[in-house]
Amino acid sequence: MRKTLITTAAVLCTFLIVSVSLLAHHGNAEFNTDKTVTVKGAVTEWVWANPHCFLKFDEKTTDGDVRHWVVETSNPPGMINLGWNKYSFKPGDEITVTMHQVKDVKRPIGRAVRVVLANGKVLDTGRDDVTTGTAGGSESESYTK
Amino acid sequence: MANRFLAPMISLVAISIFAPDILCAQDRQPGAVYDRDRRGERPAPAPKHDISGTWEPAKGAGAGVQGKGAQSMVSCEYKVPGDPNSGFAHDPKAPVPDCLKPAQEPPYTALGRQALMSHIPTEGYRMVASALTNDPVPPCNPQGFPRIVLHNFRTSRIIQTPTNMVILYEFNKKWRVVWTDGRELPKNPEEPTWGEPDPPESRWWGYSVGKWADDYTFVAESNGFDDRTWLDNAGLPHSDAMHVEERYRRVDRDHLEMTITIDDPQMYAKPWIALDKFSLRLQSPNFDMREMECAPLETEEYNREFADPAAGRDTAK
Repeated sequence: MRKTLITTAAVLCTFLIVSVSLLAHHGNAEFNTDKTVTVKGAVTEWVWANPHCFLKFDEKTTDGDVRHWVVETSNPPGMINLGWNKYSFKPGDEITVTMHQVKDVKRPIGRAVRVVLANGKVLDTGRDDVTTGTAGGSESESYTK
Repeated sequence: MANRFLAPMISLVAISIFAPDILCAQDRQPGAVYDRDRRGERPAPAPKHDISGTWEPAKGAGAGVQGKGAQSMVSCEYKVPGDPNSGFAHDPKAPVPDCLKPAQEPPYTALGRQALMSHIPTEGYRMVASALTNDPVPPCNPQGFPRIVLHNFRTSRIIQTPTNMVILYEFNKKWRVVWTDGRELPKNPEEPTWGEPDPPESRWWGYSVGKWADDYTFVAESNGFDDRTWLDNAGLPHSDAMHVEERYRRVDRDHLEMTITIDDPQMYAKPWIALDKFSLRLQSPNFDMREMECAPLETEEYNREFADPAAGRDTAK
């Protein structure tokens, strides 16, 4: 029930706010917004700057390699509105990032949908999981390469 | 089986009631007051000849962002069945590119459409990756007026003096002056004006004068624009012959409506309303506007680390 409530709430909220409300600089032409990708890793750098903040982190792949990811968020004023700040991450923090990856999936680049810290704290970017707005129809998948 | 459907239904009803306050609180500039915070209020009457103060989009911090372009707020509006007040999201049945088109296209002239097509924007139905745009704003060129209000209207402060109105904009930390001392707009670009010895130069922010149309309505007129700016993030064009009317109506003590009308015969066959009665809410006198600056140092790093690789360009590393 609780999970249903939260899921329904999240979906409805996306209908109640302008889905582009946090875009300050550019649209989503680069990204595949039909699905989300979730990656675990450790923060290497959190850049708090205009026109967009971006988070760099390393994923240890199953074959022993390290994949260097970079995901962007909105700008500092927009992120403050969402409860983020300059000190939200420090190098070494273990995080789980859900994102819209760029269309060229070989590139470890994306636009964050949310970040979950090791202590369970969830930092949301206010973006829909699926920007086509399909109610309850988000297609998430784990990215394990 | 009944429970399987009952739970989501109860959730939906509960969230319909509480979601705007609880979940969407994230669309909130800390310290700001929005209409949803004062349900059922009876605002005090509007003061006469006064639009001074710090103003924030009344519906929420993000309500002033028209990502799809001017005049497009209602494009692909989604209606929850049975709820006449729902909206703001993409219609799930509509293709995304169609949703990105304005609900109603501005009345382009042939030259206007040609100018539009020469602009490669990062938003709207013609959007490209950030690194591929020819938008002058990302590298920190001035967005100018009226783009400052047509794309990303954030918290702004109006300072009213005996001879002018000064408007401070949070977005990119810009300001402009609307003169109220009785002067007229420059009429002939070849004749000196406003006490200066030289003819008026085109300005990124234009020349602005204003006066009270009635006790509660202030109307500003602007011209003399530099035609290198765009009207919005979707790349709508304007010429240096553009004339902009900016109408502020103080509805009550706490609300101000802003309407922007574009008159540019070179680009548009007739005047059109780019922003219609956009509602702003008065904030506390000690509300602190944030700094949001376009710094080339930061932009270069962003492009190198993110935008270029995201667009398939390997300029980093």
